[in-house]
Amino acid sequence: MRDPIIRSVDVHKTYGRGHGRFEALKGVSFDIHDGESIAILGKSGSGKSTLMHVLALLDAPTSGTILLEGVDTSTLQGRRLNRTRNETFGFVFQQFFLTPNASVLDNVTLPLKIAGVGTAERRRRGLATLEQLELLDKTKNKAVNLSGGQKQRVAIARALVNNPRIIFADEPTGNLDSKTGAAVEDILLGLNRENGITLIVVTHDDDLAARCDRRLRIRDGLLLEDAGVAA
Amino acid sequence: MKAPDLVASAISNAFRSKTRTLLTILSIFIGAFTLSITSGLGTGINAYIDDTVSGVGASDAMTVTKTNGDGDTPLAGSSEPAEYDPDAVDAGIPGMTVTALTPDDIRTIQDIDGVVRVEAQRSITPDFVQFDGGTRYVASVGSLVAGQTTLLAAGQEPADTDAEFQVALPQAYVEPLGFDSDTAAIGQRISIGITDAVRTQHVIEATVVGVTEEALASPTGSSILTNQSLTDALFAAQSTGIPEDEANRYAQASVWFGADATETEIDALQERLAEAGFTGTTIADQLGMVTTVIDGIVLVLNGFAIIALLAAAIGIVNTLFMSVQERTREIGLMKAMGMGSGRVFALFSLEATFIGLLGSVLGVVLAMAAGTALSSVLSASLLADLPGLTLIAFDPASIAGIVLLIMVIAFVAGTLPAARAARADPVDSLRYE
Repeated sequence: MRDPIIRSVDVHKTYGRGHGRFEALKGVSFDIHDGESIAILGKSGSGKSTLMHVLALLDAPTSGTILLEGVDTSTLQGRRLNRTRNETFGFVFQQFFLTPNASVLDNVTLPLKIAGVGTAERRRRGLATLEQLELLDKTKNKAVNLSGGQKQRVAIARALVNNPRIIFADEPTGNLDSKTGAAVEDILLGLNRENGITLIVVTHDDDLAARCDRRLRIRDGLLLEDAGVAA
Repeated sequence: MKAPDLVASAISNAFRSKTRTLLTILSIFIGAFTLSITSGLGTGINAYIDDTVSGVGASDAMTVTKTNGDGDTPLAGSSEPAEYDPDAVDAGIPGMTVTALTPDDIRTIQDIDGVVRVEAQRSITPDFVQFDGGTRYVASVGSLVAGQTTLLAAGQEPADTDAEFQVALPQAYVEPLGFDSDTAAIGQRISIGITDAVRTQHVIEATVVGVTEEALASPTGSSILTNQSLTDALFAAQSTGIPEDEANRYAQASVWFGADATETEIDALQERLAEAGFTGTTIADQLGMVTTVIDGIVLVLNGFAIIALLAAAIGIVNTLFMSVQERTREIGLMKAMGMGSGRVFALFSLEATFIGLLGSVLGVVLAMAAGTALSSVLSASLLADLPGLTLIAFDPASIAGIVLLIMVIAFVAGTLPAARAARADPVDSLRYE
């Protein structure tokens, strides 16, 4: 078996100091392999969001190590860290975080713009991604005028446009009714299955978790259960 | 993010909240407009003074007079009775006399270190000017020293190289003397009467070659301007009957120093002249007072404009803080997607600079339109007596300077909110639990 794409080794994360000190993660270790779909499960306040932020290199662990394809991520700083995030990760959030008055295409190509890709290439790749997600007819619409399901599909297109290795989805269906939620789940799991993109979903929805290869259950900052078949 | 994308994003972000941006632009506009008008006022008035400086005297020359015994400046008025001075001559200003310079004095000045050339100025007091047997008018005579120019309404300056007797009349004399217009006077011959020491009146004929405009700092005031040969003739006529060694008495002398002389060198020269018993006055000394007062007034007015701009700058800070607040999520998202803090900072400070650019360009353009209209109206009515004065003038350098200054102020104002945006932690921005 190859190096795991993400290896978490005894990760601690503490917020605050003194009396206000709060330990969100109390030593979490696991491996995630390339092409797996992982559900991080836990109640609100369990530390699952903190875990996602640490895995996505948005936050540095207080102690412990995150290895990304065998590379210690604490060695990644500034520009290299930004570049790694831009090229390796895609993000999907519960509340979509689209720029309301910008067009769908502009929203989708934002990661490419940040990466410094030229205008023509941005447009080409943006349109290709929108076609993949059957949103081509909405290209010029403003994001604010879309339905919830469409917004989340635009957000997925945005996460997908830079061909990431890993997509982090934070409660991707939390803001959708069950039908559109299921459709969004299909898209995410489809990308995982067909394109081999590693999918890390943070959720408290057991049905969504059940559709993933593995379930990491977090409680009080500790890994309670690592269930499922390793890929 | 590449620089062009960064600029384009900053511009489109500026228009995202149109009303707020517009109000901020308006406040900058007011400051830019005021600053443009006040600095235009300074430019206009100072340009007018600069134009007339060459009329007052050459920049590489100074006027030298003999220092009075009590050390007073020759022009200082006093109500005390003055002691009789046998060497006193008319200073050209009614009721004022200065101690005359003798040929010996001229030689002394010539020998002072730093003096390139010295030319004595004779005082000529004609009785009248007359045209074609008409009414006789009292007139005084002035002459231009090298480097001086005067504003001409018609014709040209009397040429010192010409042997012909030439004269330029002040505009005010044209009609009383009986000419139909400024141009009609050109080429006509007028008579100048002058009385010598033994009370004999001589009349000398001269050709009118030019008509001078009356300017604020006209070199000759309402005096008629003569060329060298006419000056010589008038002086010869005036000095008839005076012994040779008594005739040569000069009110003042023009002293030329090197054109590249620095201020310190000029000061040193004035020092040496003072030691030898002379007072040297440069154009800068003469105009110093006027320009200092005008500069002072313009400075105060500019101060008010800057205060308006500072208020506008606080408006920018406020606007952008609101933007940063509103776009917290977006900033967090962009940072999560790998946008560096530097780029986030650049994005917001560029937006501020762009708002500054819009406001300043708008203010400057409208100020130029309003200023030009205002000064053309004023110069036709209220300021008609000061020909050549454009009250509010604009020079490209100061206009560019104003736009640049406001952009810098806007940028500096933008750094505060931009720094807050750059510091924002993506995790905090994206949290919604």
